[in-house]
Amino acid sequence: MTATPGPPPALEIAGLKKSFGKAEIIRGVDLSIGAGERHAVIGPNGAGKSTLFNLITGRFPPSSGAIRLHGHDISGKAPFEINRMGLSRSFQITNIFPRMTVFENVRCSLLWAQGYRYSFWHMVNRSRDLNEGAEDILEQINLTERRDLPAGVLSYAEQRALEIGITIAGGANVIMLDEPTAGMSHSETDYIVNLIEKVTENKTLVMVEHDMGVVFGLADRISVLVYGEIIATGRPEEVRSNPKVQEAYLGAALEAEH
Amino acid sequence: MTEPDQKHTPPPARTPVRARPAPVTLANALPWILGGLFLLAMPFIFQSNSAITIMNQMAITIIFALSYNMLLGQGGMLSFGHAVYMGVGGFLCVHIMNWGDVFALMPLPVLPVFGGVFGMGLALIVGSFSTRKAGTIFAMISLGVGELIAACSVIIVAFFGGEEGISGDRTYGLPFFGVEFLHQIEVYYLTAFWLMLSALLMFLFSRTPIGRMANAVRDNPERAEFLGYSARWVRFYSFVAAGFFAGIAGGLFAINYEILTEENLNLATSGQILLVTFLGGVGFFFGPILGAILFTLLQTVLSLQTEIWQLYVGVLFLATVMYFPGGLAGVLMMHALPLRLGRAGLLVGPYIRTLVPAVVCALGAASAMEILFHLRHAALGESEMTLFWITFDSHAPLPLAIAAVAAVAGFWLARRSAPAMAEAWHKASTPHGGAA
Repeated sequence: MTATPGPPPALEIAGLKKSFGKAEIIRGVDLSIGAGERHAVIGPNGAGKSTLFNLITGRFPPSSGAIRLHGHDISGKAPFEINRMGLSRSFQITNIFPRMTVFENVRCSLLWAQGYRYSFWHMVNRSRDLNEGAEDILEQINLTERRDLPAGVLSYAEQRALEIGITIAGGANVIMLDEPTAGMSHSETDYIVNLIEKVTENKTLVMVEHDMGVVFGLADRISVLVYGEIIATGRPEEVRSNPKVQEAYLGAALEAEH
Repeated sequence: MTEPDQKHTPPPARTPVRARPAPVTLANALPWILGGLFLLAMPFIFQSNSAITIMNQMAITIIFALSYNMLLGQGGMLSFGHAVYMGVGGFLCVHIMNWGDVFALMPLPVLPVFGGVFGMGLALIVGSFSTRKAGTIFAMISLGVGELIAACSVIIVAFFGGEEGISGDRTYGLPFFGVEFLHQIEVYYLTAFWLMLSALLMFLFSRTPIGRMANAVRDNPERAEFLGYSARWVRFYSFVAAGFFAGIAGGLFAINYEILTEENLNLATSGQILLVTFLGGVGFFFGPILGAILFTLLQTVLSLQTEIWQLYVGVLFLATVMYFPGGLAGVLMMHALPLRLGRAGLLVGPYIRTLVPAVVCALGAASAMEILFHLRHAALGESEMTLFWITFDSHAPLPLAIAAVAAVAGFWLARRSAPAMAEAWHKASTPHGGAA
C-alpha cells in the first residue's frame, strides 16, 4: 500500500508533537498514508485523535514535527492554505452554514476550487459549472429535495450528510472525516458509510471513528492512537490481532460493541 | 442525539426541484423595474416640497442602511462607527463644491462617485486592521475609530470645518443637460438615480463569490477557512465595498443639504443607522430598505404628531430586538417557509387571537403615555387634548383609566395566546410534519 520510490505519500507525519501548556497531547506521531488509501485512526477517548486532526488541518499549529501533504510541508500553515493544497476535512460537531440554504452551503464549498477566489465581477447564478457542480454534490449526498431549506433546519443525519458534501465538494484529494457517524442510529450509520464509500472513491481518506463496524468495513489500514502515540499501524486483521492493541484498547472496544 | 426511528432518506419532494437558475429572468428583474417606476412616480403623488425632502432623506438613508447591512447582515460585522465613511465622503464632496474651478467643470450627478471613492479609501485603511476578527474586537475597533474621526472634526478644522462644519453650493456645478439643480425635484431625481444604481450594485455584490462567502464567513468563519477562504480577507473586501457605498450616501447628503457637520460623523449617527438597519431586518437584502422607510417616516411624520416620538422608536427597537430579531423583513420572510410547505393556513387564527390584543395594548399604552405627557407638559390651564380624533380632558381620571385598562387587558390577552401562536408557526414551518 505504501508506495516507496514513486510519488510521495499523500500525507506524511514525522515526529509530530503538540502541547497545551504543560499537557503534552500528541507525543511524537509518525504516520505515512499513501495516495488512495483509506486510513482510520482509532483510540480511546482523550487519546488525541481530534487534536491530531486539528494539527494536520491547520486548526492548531504543531509544537514540533513535520506534516507533509504530497511532499509539501504544511505544518503551521493556515487552514485555508492547506485546503487550497488539496486537503479537506469534516468536523466531529456538525459545522455547516446554518442560515444559508443547503444549496448555498454546497455552492460556497465549490467556489475556491473552481477558481473564483475573492471575485466580485462574477455572478454565482450565471456559472453553469458552479451550479451544476453543486447540484451533482446534492445528488450524491441525497439532499436534492432539501436544496432550498436553510441548512439549520435539516435533521441530524441530513446535516451530517451535508457536512460530508461540503467537505468533498471542493474536489480535494485528501479527505479527513472526524467521526462521521457520531451520534447516529444503525440505519443512519449504514447510510453515511455508503455515502463515504461513494464520495471518496479514488481519494485518500483519513478518518477518526469510534464505530468498529465502520472502521473494519471501510479502512484499508488502521492506526491506533493511545495517549498521544501511535502504538500500532497496519491492515485491519493485523491490528485486530496485535496484543498491544488488544490490551490497550481494542479488546474492550470490541466487547463493548456486543 | 439519535432518533432511531427517523428515516435517513428524505421523504419525496412536495414540490418539483426548481430548474437551474436562469441568468436574468423577468421575475428577477421585476422588483427592480417596479422599484424604478415607483421612484419615477412618487413625486407625482407627493408633490409638496416637504414630501420631496422626506423622500430624498429616505433615499439617502436607504443607501446608507444597505451599505451598513453589507457589514452587519451579510458579513456579520457589528459596526458602531459606520457614519464616518458616509461623513468623510460627504465632507469631500462639499470641498469639491467649494473648489470653484474644478466644480464648474463637473456635472453634479457625478459628484457622489468622489464621496464613494473617499469613503472606500478610508475603509481600506481602517479595514486593513479592523477586519482581522469579527465579533467584539471588530465592534470595539469600529467604535474607537468612529470616536477618533468624530474628534478630528474639531482638530482638523481645514477639512471638517470645526463645530460649524462646512457648507457649499451645489448649483455652481457644470449644468447637466441644462439642469442646474436649483429645484428640489431635480435633486430628487438625481438622488433616486443613485439609489437605484447603488441598491442594484449592492444587490449584485451579494450575488458574487465574495458576497456569498461573506454570508458563509458570517455564519461560520472557521468552516469558511476550511473551504479555502481566509475569513479575514472576505471581511475586508465587504468592509471596503460598504465604505464605498456609505461614501456615495455621504455625497448625496452633501448635495441635498449642502452642509456637513460633526453630526454626520458621530456616534449618534452611527448608532442610528444600526437601529434603522436592525428595525428593517438584517437577514434579507431588502430589510434595510424597509427600515429606512419606516424610520424616516417616524422621524418626519410621527414627530409632527407627537413630541415623544423617540420614545416610541426606542420601544419599537427594543421590541424588535427582543421578539423579532429578524426585523420587519424577518417577520415577513418567516412566512416564506410555511407558504412553501403549504401550511400557512394554520397561522391565521392564532395570529388574530394574538395580534389584535397586542395592537390594543400598544394603542392603550401609547394613549396613557400621551395623556401623562400632556398632563405634565401642557401649558397651564390647557387641559383639553385630542387623541385618535377624540377630544377630552386630560386631567380627568377616566381617559387615563380607559387607556391603562386597554393596555393591561391587551397585554394579558396577547400574552396568553402568544405560546399558541408560536406553536402554530413552528408547526407550519417544520418539514417533517412536526416530528423533528
